[in-house]
Amino acid sequence: MTDQKKPVLRAAGIDKFFAGAIALDQVDLTLFPGEVHALLGENGAGKSTLIKCITGAYHRDGGTIRLGDTEIDPRGPEESQALGIGTVYQEVNLLQNMTVADNLFLGWQPMRAGMVDRRQMNRRAQDILAEYGLHVDPSLLLSSYSIAIQQVVAIARAVELSGKVLILDEPTASLDRDEIDLLFSVVRELTARGMAVVFITHFLDQVFEIADRATVLRNGRVVGTRKLAEVTQGDIVELMLGRHLEAAKRDRSHATPGDTILSLKGYGKRGMIEPFDLELRAGEVVGLAGLLGSGRTETCKVVFGAVTADQGSAELRGKEIRLTSPRGAVEHRFGLCPEDRKIDGIVGDLSVRENIVLSLQARQGWTRPLSRARINELVDEYVRLLDIRLASPDMPIRLLSGGNQQKALLARWLATNPDVLILDEPTRGIDVGAHAEIIELIEGLREQGMALIVASSEMEELVAYSTRVMVLRDRRQVRELTGDEITTDRIVKAISQEETAA
Amino acid sequence: MIGSTLRRVTPQLLILGVVLLMNLAVFPGFFTIEFQNGRLFGNLIDVLNRGAPVALLSIGMTLVIATKGIDLSVGAVMAIAGAVAASVVTGGAGWFTALLAALAAGLLCGLWNGILVAIFRVQPIVATLVLMVAGRGIAQLITEGKIMTFLNEGLIHLGAGTVAGVPTPILIWLAMGTLVTLIVRHTALGMLIESIGVNETASRLAGINSRVLLVTVYLVSGFCAALAGVIVAADIKGADANNAGLWMELDAILAVVIGGNSLLGGRFSIVASLLGALIIQSVNSVILLSGMPPEFNLVIKALIIIVILVIQSPTVKHALYLLRASAGSAVPDAKEMGRNAPSAKETRP
Amino acid sequence: MKLKSTLLASTMALVPLSALAADKTVGFSQIGSESGWRAAETTVTKQQAEERGIDLKFADAQQKQENQIKAVRSFIAQGVDAILLAPVVATGWDSVLEEAQDAEIPVILLDRTVDAPDDLYMTAVTSDLVHEGEVAGNWLQDEMAGADCRVVELQGTTGSSPAIDRKKGFEMGIEDAPNIEIVRSQTGDFTRAQGKVVMESFLKAEGAENICALYAHNDDMAVGAIQAIKEAGATPGTDIKIVSIDSVPDIHLAMLAGEANATVELTPNMAGPAFDVLEAYWADGTMPPKWIQTESKLYTLEDDNQAIYDNKKSLGY
Repeated sequence: MTDQKKPVLRAAGIDKFFAGAIALDQVDLTLFPGEVHALLGENGAGKSTLIKCITGAYHRDGGTIRLGDTEIDPRGPEESQALGIGTVYQEVNLLQNMTVADNLFLGWQPMRAGMVDRRQMNRRAQDILAEYGLHVDPSLLLSSYSIAIQQVVAIARAVELSGKVLILDEPTASLDRDEIDLLFSVVRELTARGMAVVFITHFLDQVFEIADRATVLRNGRVVGTRKLAEVTQGDIVELMLGRHLEAAKRDRSHATPGDTILSLKGYGKRGMIEPFDLELRAGEVVGLAGLLGSGRTETCKVVFGAVTADQGSAELRGKEIRLTSPRGAVEHRFGLCPEDRKIDGIVGDLSVRENIVLSLQARQGWTRPLSRARINELVDEYVRLLDIRLASPDMPIRLLSGGNQQKALLARWLATNPDVLILDEPTRGIDVGAHAEIIELIEGLREQGMALIVASSEMEELVAYSTRVMVLRDRRQVRELTGDEITTDRIVKAISQEETAA
Repeated sequence: MIGSTLRRVTPQLLILGVVLLMNLAVFPGFFTIEFQNGRLFGNLIDVLNRGAPVALLSIGMTLVIATKGIDLSVGAVMAIAGAVAASVVTGGAGWFTALLAALAAGLLCGLWNGILVAIFRVQPIVATLVLMVAGRGIAQLITEGKIMTFLNEGLIHLGAGTVAGVPTPILIWLAMGTLVTLIVRHTALGMLIESIGVNETASRLAGINSRVLLVTVYLVSGFCAALAGVIVAADIKGADANNAGLWMELDAILAVVIGGNSLLGGRFSIVASLLGALIIQSVNSVILLSGMPPEFNLVIKALIIIVILVIQSPTVKHALYLLRASAGSAVPDAKEMGRNAPSAKETRP
Repeated sequence: MKLKSTLLASTMALVPLSALAADKTVGFSQIGSESGWRAAETTVTKQQAEERGIDLKFADAQQKQENQIKAVRSFIAQGVDAILLAPVVATGWDSVLEEAQDAEIPVILLDRTVDAPDDLYMTAVTSDLVHEGEVAGNWLQDEMAGADCRVVELQGTTGSSPAIDRKKGFEMGIEDAPNIEIVRSQTGDFTRAQGKVVMESFLKAEGAENICALYAHNDDMAVGAIQAIKEAGATPGTDIKIVSIDSVPDIHLAMLAGEANATVELTPNMAGPAFDVLEAYWADGTMPPKWIQTESKLYTLEDDNQAIYDNKKSLGY
């Protein structure tokens, strides 16, 4: 369709290295005028890095970028914008406390006698936004409009300033269907004018709805560019993952759980979580279900000792214990993968290697260091077992994608050979491939006889792996579901109070 | 391990080399070392000898900064340790008792800082500021505001004596630097310290006892400061509470920074900090040997330090990297890494 | 003032007069005790007051001007007969000095002056820093008697007035001796440690045999330098002549050992001359000049350094 035209932007052989790791390896991207080009890939595939190299937010380490007939080398987003490449991010980076018109014209306001000509600015803003089908009052604060409208304002600004290439980085993530329609109509309007639009998203339906072509990245390399009219969604998923994704199976024939490992009675902490009972046996996954703020995370923290319980008792294999600190919990062979990976989980500047052995080393104490050979053995084992994708175990963990960071954190705890492993939202913010792998891993650990507590906001996921589900509401345990009771339907009912009478 | 350390400290070695050459330019006899009166005698020896206090301080400061902290009290702790040592020997005790008393005082100061930071969660800059201000007062109380002169040969030997011709302070900081480096790198201490410096919450949740580690680094800092204080007092045969270690905490921090360690904590290199201390002392040496009027001292020092820090800035580093890459030495390296990485992945089942 | 002193005299009529200044009360606001010299000044002031039968009220300001101002105000409130003030800084004294003037209490500044109109205080007793340097220079000129001499100089803290004036004075003192040349001059920050470090560099840069004398702006730096000279294998006092300023006990100890040659005294007795003028004023209202210069006494190896050392030590140096 557009192949015969001259490309508006051509990035060729883009390389980007991070501290010895390859983020982009000889990546090519060609954009034709009037096309919507989807940029796809799992988390960590290099989509954002590529965009940042093109806009100059990152300094690329190799390759050329041609805009039309001229080679460009923007030093930053402002410069690329001036050249004609505009970018709109998922989080609208406009100024909420200024008016719509201010946001549209910031930096190039119409002036009269050294003063901003507000009347002209508002009139022109109205005209511009009308072209996008928006009829709003530009003199009102930006924050008085919805995210979708803010998104369009951001696009309008980018288009007015640039006008050749528009990059949309996950623009639909927080929009509802009507808002997405509005956005897409704007995008179609722009492509009709001859602009090239780069569309980054995780939603494949939307890709097939709006985009003409798609370039798929995997591990920093282009694995293919396809015309979407000629392929199916399955083809694209296969390109992204490099393999067919098996649907998570629900195996109802759970093996009978083993001995009781942990027994909590009337356990709680005032102001955080009401007293609850919990019996955890070997070979069991107890799921924690509930809405945000229902006490899932608090339960995990109290059990791990990150917050000290002020009531109730705990028995580990029949012996009374007190859990007052993570350190103590680790000594009792507990592990916790926290909800907020970046803040509570990874130690960003340390290497993947060090992150994996951290807890085992902490438990051993600093005077008894793990030998180099033992560390390598452990790291190799878990990198292979969990399929952690990395250029080298010596790279800082912060450079890994979310899914791989989560796997490394799991490896940290598995290396300590825990009896009780607590996972708080283990699949949040990671791509679909890693998601399935982690669910598989939870199943596998359970089969090996580990006792797990898993908190999740994804009902299907809980149903898939839990042998029991503890339902929480308002920081209180309201229901325990076992066996065939574990269905999304029953969980939802329990959460939504319909079953409180039972 | 030695190879990676060498690579880590290459910029510091180069800078040190350049500053030493500047010394040679202002004073042609700079590299001459003679054996005279039973001791090594020469400007290089002076740099090593005079750099001892800052070098010692930088050892402890490196660990403290690695935990995202800072220890402003080291100068004052030096004054306290010197005063304690002086008052113990003038009280008639032997030099070893005096040394032990001074080191105990240093550890006590470190414990105080450590408890404020680790237990009471006072911000390190505030916590150590307390002792920075109060510490000198304590030292002045011990010496009653005068220079407390002593004549104990054993104690003087620690600052002004020699062992096999080498000035004792050089041996002390070399030994201390080696000891601490070996301890942190051959146990897991270094990694755990870096871990709490990068992300204390995550480290604590991983089971690391961050309180004990924090107290430990302040103890080490206090110990190093006490050693430095004893050396400085012994060197002039007197405890000068007003001036001993005055502003030296800033030189120690500077040494750590010149050593390429981030003030935001995390990765650290003691060797690099020690080289930083030698660089500072070499800069002082240029100033002294140049014969310029003293009004220029601070200007010259500031200029040289600014140049050093600019050379180490990320912007310049990246530019140098690109320069080397375009010269064709680094690009193959990176490519090679790139080729290795995916192939390792592909061999995985 | 007249009324007050008569009142005072009448209440104390039963106490026998031992001296002219007897029954007088004088307030003394001291900076603090940051150095040995300062401690000695306090001791000497107390001794002088006792000898003259003056009741001395002493206030230690611990380096803070607000403490000094408080002390002076409390002296005024107590109705003392005179106030001695060793000001910690030069500025900010006008209002409190005016209060003293309003209360007709004479104020005498000790060892430092202030930036205030000179009618606000009776007089200032200070040493002449330039003169001190000049005495040191003159000594060296006499000592060398025309022989060539390459001098190294250890300056005080860069930019401080003692450093500037003592340097200037010394240069004036050797003006007539073309045979004496200052070859290196660097700051030793008035400290023993820096004095030693800088002297080490002088010795390396010039060679011990090429240095004939050291002039240090204070004794502490000279004491540090003496150690450096010894460690370099030269004999201080013989190979390298040493002259410095202040006359602290440790330099007399060095002179006793022949390791230093001369020192110019910055006398801790600032109160003596102050009490002299007060006594004259109380006796017949004699107004002193606005500046009283203390004696800058030269001590050499010919003096009884042991006795001076013992005496100085007893003053609390």
